[in-house]
Amino acid sequence: MELIWEGLREAIDLLVHNKHDVYEIARRSIYVSGTATLIALVLGVGLGAVIAFKRFPGRMFALALVNTGMGLPPVVVGLVIAILLWRSGPLGQLNWIYSTKAMIIAQAVIATPVITGFTAASLAALHPRLRLQVYALGASRLQMLWLLLQEVRLPLLAAIMAGFGAAISEVGASVMVGGNIPGQTRVLTGAVLLEQSKGNFGAALALGIILLAMMIAVNLLFTWIQLGIRRDAALPMETQAADAGTLVQPWSNR
Amino acid sequence: MVQPLTPASTKLSVRGLVVRRGPRTILDVPELAVGSGEVLAIVGPNGAGKTTLVLQMALLERPEVGAVFFEDQTVRGRELTLRRRMAVVFQEPLLLDRPALANVEAGLRLRGVGRKERRERALRWLGRFGVEQLARRSSRTLSGGEAQRVSLARAFALEPEVLFLDEPFSALDTPTRAAIIDDLAAVLAETQTTTVLVTHDHDEAARLGHRVAVMIGGRIRQIGQPSDVFGAPADEHVAAFVGVETMAPAKVISRGGGLVVLRAGSHDIEAVDAGVFQRALVCLRPEEVGIAAPGDHEADSSVRNRLQGRVARVLRTGADARVEIDCGFPVIARITRRSLDELGIEPGSPVVATFKATAVHLIPR
Repeated sequence: MELIWEGLREAIDLLVHNKHDVYEIARRSIYVSGTATLIALVLGVGLGAVIAFKRFPGRMFALALVNTGMGLPPVVVGLVIAILLWRSGPLGQLNWIYSTKAMIIAQAVIATPVITGFTAASLAALHPRLRLQVYALGASRLQMLWLLLQEVRLPLLAAIMAGFGAAISEVGASVMVGGNIPGQTRVLTGAVLLEQSKGNFGAALALGIILLAMMIAVNLLFTWIQLGIRRDAALPMETQAADAGTLVQPWSNR
Repeated sequence: MVQPLTPASTKLSVRGLVVRRGPRTILDVPELAVGSGEVLAIVGPNGAGKTTLVLQMALLERPEVGAVFFEDQTVRGRELTLRRRMAVVFQEPLLLDRPALANVEAGLRLRGVGRKERRERALRWLGRFGVEQLARRSSRTLSGGEAQRVSLARAFALEPEVLFLDEPFSALDTPTRAAIIDDLAAVLAETQTTTVLVTHDHDEAARLGHRVAVMIGGRIRQIGQPSDVFGAPADEHVAAFVGVETMAPAKVISRGGGLVVLRAGSHDIEAVDAGVFQRALVCLRPEEVGIAAPGDHEADSSVRNRLQGRVARVLRTGADARVEIDCGFPVIARITRRSLDELGIEPGSPVVATFKATAVHLIPR
């Protein structure tokens, strides 16, 4: 119990005196995980829509893969990406190993299946005729997707939260591909790991508390947006419809 | 409400349309044309392929066999452009999770209609269907009837050249449905929109349709004026669907003076002669059949047919009763409950089934 109080005291001390470059580390955490979540959002929404709407051979397998991916062991992700980016590896000449780029890739790989799964499930839960109705309103394929994504905006926000949570709380892969280098690739989770291994439980706990507080803040923000959407549903919204302008046919994606 | 349809140009047609699901053929329509300004009602039992036909004609599904033509030109390659000249209302309102107004504006926005015009048209059509006060309400808070009115406003706001209504009232209660049909009938009469209305309700079809097509088992069995389809069904399947409940096989025994006498079981039946045939199915709608007590010789001479029989079953529905009379073959009558009580009818009672010669429809076989 005393350790926890000590941790809290030290957390405040860290923040007040910016010890261990805590602000820089926290900023890097947000940057790496935020970028990874953004990439995962683009990939996940696309893949989720494909799985929800397209009928293709191996769809079952893809779904099982996504479900597995939602609980992908970060250490395996780290290992595979480390092998790919290793100086002598297939992508070695990129020179990305032990950089934040490598960490972003690793975290995006971890977050993508989470967002894919949420997206596919929420789109599949819409009324099956709604897609036809949207086409019947005169939507192109891209417009249809845009309108339906707005229909699932609440679960989609939940997906972003879950994806960001998975990315920022992950440590194994980030340390493996990032190297936990101070001033370069050290993020909060890596810092916790390091302080704990050095026996600095107070500092480790303090960093852990800061990590948690940050995640709570981000989730509060998104929850606030979610509630705002709920309220706004009763007011006209001026959303920009994506006009593809192309002749995309609804049946081409069955 | 039904105006005579002047022969107009064809707006939308299909040719050689065949849709299969696995080994089953669920749609087989060699030819169907909807005239400009026409309201074509498609009726048929569940699973007849009505919705499949609508999805094909509304360019929401691509035919594997056959083709759809818009103003006699193939739709191939310009489906999106043409879809933007049509509108569809389904049985479920299928509104987007946003305010009613935004729903009505959605299709206009997809077409790139400017904000001011969008709003003006959306409000006008919400008003036309009596729901403009709901404009800012979230679609999730609307009742079934309100939502369907918004859905209709959303379709009409697009000012479609062809409108598809796929059982739009089936999920509504009777008073709500009647009120919406009144509004729709008025709007259709005013806009003269070419419309394909799918329904399984005969009254809806007869009231709104210039022509009625009866679809059974993926095929159109009969198409024509409502009075023809409901009064003179082409075959026993159509007859059964449009509400003919008595169908007795009969043989012609004499002809003359525009009348034909047929023998069905041990009874002679007089009917209006309509063609050259020796055998026919005697068809009667239940509301055309009256019931008299055995000794009662009322003076109504226009009732040419009086068939002795016994009551087999009595089924009391809302205000009516359905009486099955065994005359050697079943004759079904629908009478008011008051008549039922006055006649004191119960199973086993001897009665006389009465109907006019003009009430008989004959299907040659």
